[in-house]
Amino acid sequence: MAAGGPVSALRETATWLTDGGHWGGGEGIAHRLLEHVGLTVVAVGLAALVAVPLGLWLGHIRRGGTLAINVSNVGRAVPTFAVLVLLAVGPLGIGNTATVVALVLFALPPLLVNAYVGVSEVDRDITESARGMGLSSGQILRSVELPLAAPLLMTGLRIATVQVIATATIAALIGGGGLGRFVVDGFAQHDTGQLVGGALLVALLALAVEALLAVLQRRVDPVRAADRRTPPARTGAPAVQVTSRERP
Amino acid sequence: MLPLAAGNCLAQNTWICGRYLSTRQGDILAALRQHITLTLVAVVVGLLIAIPVALVVRRWRWSEGPILGFTSVLYTLPSIALFGLLVPFTGLTTRTVEIGLVIYSLVILVRNILAGLDGVPAEVKEAARGMGYSSGRMLLQVELPLALPTIVAGLRIATVSTIALVTVGAVIGNGGLGDLIYDALGSNFKAEVLTASVLCVALAVVADLLLLVLQRSLTPWRRAAR
Repeated sequence: MAAGGPVSALRETATWLTDGGHWGGGEGIAHRLLEHVGLTVVAVGLAALVAVPLGLWLGHIRRGGTLAINVSNVGRAVPTFAVLVLLAVGPLGIGNTATVVALVLFALPPLLVNAYVGVSEVDRDITESARGMGLSSGQILRSVELPLAAPLLMTGLRIATVQVIATATIAALIGGGGLGRFVVDGFAQHDTGQLVGGALLVALLALAVEALLAVLQRRVDPVRAADRRTPPARTGAPAVQVTSRERP
Repeated sequence: MLPLAAGNCLAQNTWICGRYLSTRQGDILAALRQHITLTLVAVVVGLLIAIPVALVVRRWRWSEGPILGFTSVLYTLPSIALFGLLVPFTGLTTRTVEIGLVIYSLVILVRNILAGLDGVPAEVKEAARGMGYSSGRMLLQVELPLALPTIVAGLRIATVSTIALVTVGAVIGNGGLGDLIYDALGSNFKAEVLTASVLCVALAVVADLLLLVLQRSLTPWRRAAR
């Protein structure tokens, strides 16, 4: 493989990508792309359903922070590949079930931690004055803490989504679908065109989604518009922990 | 040697199997050795590149946007995709995995070194300058020591992440413990998967603790402050 060096490899990739036959059909690029996006949406959705309410609530009562952060750290130490294979060799067998379970597991930590930090880091003065104005606990969570936590929530969503896209790519190794199929098959069959073409498509998908969510994050920040000159009144959160993620 | 009973744990494919450990010791140790080597190379080379890059960004601040932006783009790429993109240039070799791993640890380290150096209080730097410290001396004797906690924190994250990422190299046959996992997948070998996975996590925990000890030993003044 790569006998002709980078130029021939890139030419093979171009050939593979421009071959119309590769785009359509049940095993085609379009189908795999949809599979990939579908898996991502389902996994992130399920994880968010569990992690976000839990994180918001824990942040609101300011309990369980250590647990949340430790869960996140543990998540970084566990290789996604290992979890995928453990589930595949174990009860769930190869295929999409094991994939989705693994994806959800890895999406939970960033969503949980960011929801927690987002709410717990809201300036105490603000929540105190809200309480002083007579707002109930639930109202404070909904109308004060949640909007202020929104940027970090979006960060968590962004990290989780990119994480899931990446893990879904590897899931092809346990018989899953998605764009990872091309990369894995390309490696196995020594087919440079398929390998690099698939890798390129995955890369583009990941970048596009990240960019989209970054834009959304900016829109969701209620403080940003009013706060262009003065920096936000947040205490020094361990930004390094919250914004970096374990990678598959 | 014990006679092979019909019900031994290898034949039954149980999750935990002492016989697996005793008979495949060589494979396991070789995989562990490759895993540790790949991690060390990636983190050390990453650090060696990250320090000058961070210094460049500090010296020419306008480069911070482009450089951090570029590294963020690289970090967003799924690891297996990055390996795939490197293949036309480096082939199906260890080099491909190493370069990919270096890139990921580089991204984490640049950010942390920058954050650490930027976190040094301005008053301290002014005092040092007032005492006649040159830029170079200040960097080595004032800024870097004060930035150490953040830098080592970054080193810990980079190391733990790298240890997990090495496993993906199994697609190219250079995945350390990941190779064991990959092989076990083909034959549904439960004990092998569990053993390799546990070893991988254990390796990460040990590395993290060692670096934590390093961090504590390099910053004695923080302990005194308590």
